[in-house]
Amino acid sequence: MKDWRYRLAEQRGTLLAFGIFIVMFAIYSGNHPAGFTANVVQTAANKGVLLAFVAMAQTLVVITAGIDLSVGMIFTLTNCMASWLVVGTGLETAFGVLAVLGTGLICGAVNGAIVIYGRLQPIVTTIATGAVYFGLALLLRPVPGGSVNEDLADFLTGRFFGVVPASLVALLVIVLVVWVPFSRSELGRAAYAAGSSETAAYMSGVPIRRGKLLAYTLAGLLAAIGGLFLTFFTYTGEAAYASGNAYTLFSIAAVVLGGVSLFGGKGSAIGAIFGALAFRTIGDLLFVFDFDPLWQPLFQGVILLIAVSLGAFALFRVRNRLEWFL
Amino acid sequence: MDGTAPLFRMEGISKRYGGVRALEKAELTVTAGSIHAILGENGAGKSTLIKIMAGVVAPDEGRMTLDGSEVTFASPAAANQSGIVCIFQELSLIPELSVADNIVISNPPKRFGMIDRKAQRKIAEEALARAGASDIHPRALVKDLPLSRRQMVEIAKALARKPRILILDEATSALTAADVARVFEVLKRLRSEGLALLYISHRMNEIAELADHCTVFRNGRNVASYPAGSKSDNEVVELMIGREYSHIFPPKPASAPAAATVLEARNLSWADRLDNISLSVRAGEVVGLGGLDGQGQRELLLAFFGVLRGLRGEVLIDGRPVSIASPTAASHGRIGMALIPEDRKTEGLMLPMTVRENLSFAALDRLSKAGIIDRAAEQRLIDDMVGLLAIKTAGLDIPVGALSGGNQQKVVIAKWLMRQPRIILLNDPTRGIDVGTKQELYQLMRKLADAGAAILFYSTDYDELIGCCDRVLVLYDGAVKRELVGAGLTEHALIASALNIHGDDVRIGQGEHA
Repeated sequence: MKDWRYRLAEQRGTLLAFGIFIVMFAIYSGNHPAGFTANVVQTAANKGVLLAFVAMAQTLVVITAGIDLSVGMIFTLTNCMASWLVVGTGLETAFGVLAVLGTGLICGAVNGAIVIYGRLQPIVTTIATGAVYFGLALLLRPVPGGSVNEDLADFLTGRFFGVVPASLVALLVIVLVVWVPFSRSELGRAAYAAGSSETAAYMSGVPIRRGKLLAYTLAGLLAAIGGLFLTFFTYTGEAAYASGNAYTLFSIAAVVLGGVSLFGGKGSAIGAIFGALAFRTIGDLLFVFDFDPLWQPLFQGVILLIAVSLGAFALFRVRNRLEWFL
Repeated sequence: MDGTAPLFRMEGISKRYGGVRALEKAELTVTAGSIHAILGENGAGKSTLIKIMAGVVAPDEGRMTLDGSEVTFASPAAANQSGIVCIFQELSLIPELSVADNIVISNPPKRFGMIDRKAQRKIAEEALARAGASDIHPRALVKDLPLSRRQMVEIAKALARKPRILILDEATSALTAADVARVFEVLKRLRSEGLALLYISHRMNEIAELADHCTVFRNGRNVASYPAGSKSDNEVVELMIGREYSHIFPPKPASAPAAATVLEARNLSWADRLDNISLSVRAGEVVGLGGLDGQGQRELLLAFFGVLRGLRGEVLIDGRPVSIASPTAASHGRIGMALIPEDRKTEGLMLPMTVRENLSFAALDRLSKAGIIDRAAEQRLIDDMVGLLAIKTAGLDIPVGALSGGNQQKVVIAKWLMRQPRIILLNDPTRGIDVGTKQELYQLMRKLADAGAAILFYSTDYDELIGCCDRVLVLYDGAVKRELVGAGLTEHALIASALNIHGDDVRIGQGEHA
């Protein structure tokens, strides 16, 4: 009877993020000198999907009630790696792509193994492993450089049929191949359960450890896909510390905007994708309104603060003050 | 399934937690097609027993046999696979997932490696219907359901696992009367289908209605096993009492002190946990809160201490109505209240910080001048407290987490005594501490009362309530059911009123033993 209401409630966070993004993007393209054209959409998509991939990665870990401060560094490391390996003939390029994605998987699995089997806190673990991954990136690319298979790069950053941005299609494919199966698998549900209440999940015989390990590992993979796309856009590899860190922090912001609870157990990577696209649009809005770019961090911060404050309203309903601290 | 051969046996099961003996050579036999009730006081070992059955904890010794062959369970999942499913007292549902997700959580239906949501929905609907709870929507999130509905989901979840042995640990404690009736019908049907049911409850009338067989536990041992209905409520209570140890309690003042009432509650209610409670505590009086665990005692103390919002009714201090908005307000000024919390590790102490820092936290405002802590005054007061409570510590600057449980508890108490409170609320302060320290705390409590403090003391240990309190109020379902004073304050009366058994019954029992 009220089935649709429950369905709506399930997707509320995602829909809200979608709404925020649509509104922002409408304002943006409406005020863009060129208007809503394929070119404008393509540029926006190419900027947005990078953060979207990293935000998806962050979502997986946040669902387990963890946090991954190394996603930006995996992103940077795989970018540097791709600038060495994703070159040459078709076969060589394919091998390079596999190696880059494999590296991402390994980075994620290492994070997960340390957190789960070493019983260390995710925040500490991923700060440390993030530093290691950046160190490796720096060894690979002491100075910016390298190249990439330009045919593949142009194909994946261009447009299909002259209108559809290829990077958006790639994002959609990754959602269908990685996120949808994960969220519907038993281990995916175990990751949610572990994030929501680890003791209850344990008591119910849920495979908590395998679920969490899978979440961390796939997070590494998604960050690597992001790193790969960065290489396609820039044609180079660069061990940029500030950019890696910015991606990590922005991914957390995107996740929160996307309705994923930092306490774990709730949210969807699709919400985080819209969160990421919305977050990127904030910066673009400043551009169309001719603000000084210096205003961008301040403006982004204020928008983020407003968005996360919405989530705190539930505290007003708490009747036992001790529950504030749970 | 011939009903006479035992389905499941536990023999010589022992379990210790640290130095505390939870189970000692316990035995239990479960037969198919029957409902077996387990009775016992708080801490008699029932919970440990079923945790072992359900694979949550491993026994130190003893063996378990299922269908005649020996089994061990490494995890709850292993026990489930053998057909033993437990509905725990503390719920095992995952709050952020939907009802249907929760029902199939341990073994979701799959199609092409992914969870088949249609099949899941069907299983959930069937299980809810079997549990008599078709009013719950499978898509609802568990965290949005009230406690009674969650308990029904918990029952449906257990049924979806097709158990052979179903354990219900206080599974009806949060249910409404209508739900209880429906659950009973379900349980009786399951019995006729050949399941073995273990039913743990403190509600004697439920056991009388349901059980075929009863086993009483006391001090970690099974002390009696008998067919249901062959013993009176009174005899059962007798079996549950009978502890071998006793404590030395300080003498109580001969007559009730005529001092002024300090703390008073009038018609206090909160959510569905506190129901119209009225009580008063005079200066110099120790008033006990009794009853089974979780009948609202903790909430009552929190209500006085300003932690609960949306409280109805009145709280009076020195006869004047007050509104206490936070623990800070409760402890400051002329109210002067202190709450010794139940869980010293989370609510009482900051474990990694030093003994000195922990002691001073609650009294910093009194020790500071213009925001700067007067170190000399702090040291004097701390020395006084360490002396008064005989806290055994290798120094004031070691982490409080390094002290023994008893000494940690003393630090929690000392911390509040540094404010010289006039009203002291104690929430089961002797749980998990050694007998020697317990005795010291009893002496201290009486000393504080003699010095004029009004004390409200909740304990799950009936001996303590009898030995320490001038009066005891027994709570049941969030309401004060009975007040026991003077000679009427006996273990028998306490247990009987905690179980909410009819009072007349109990008086007959007392007569027999007088």
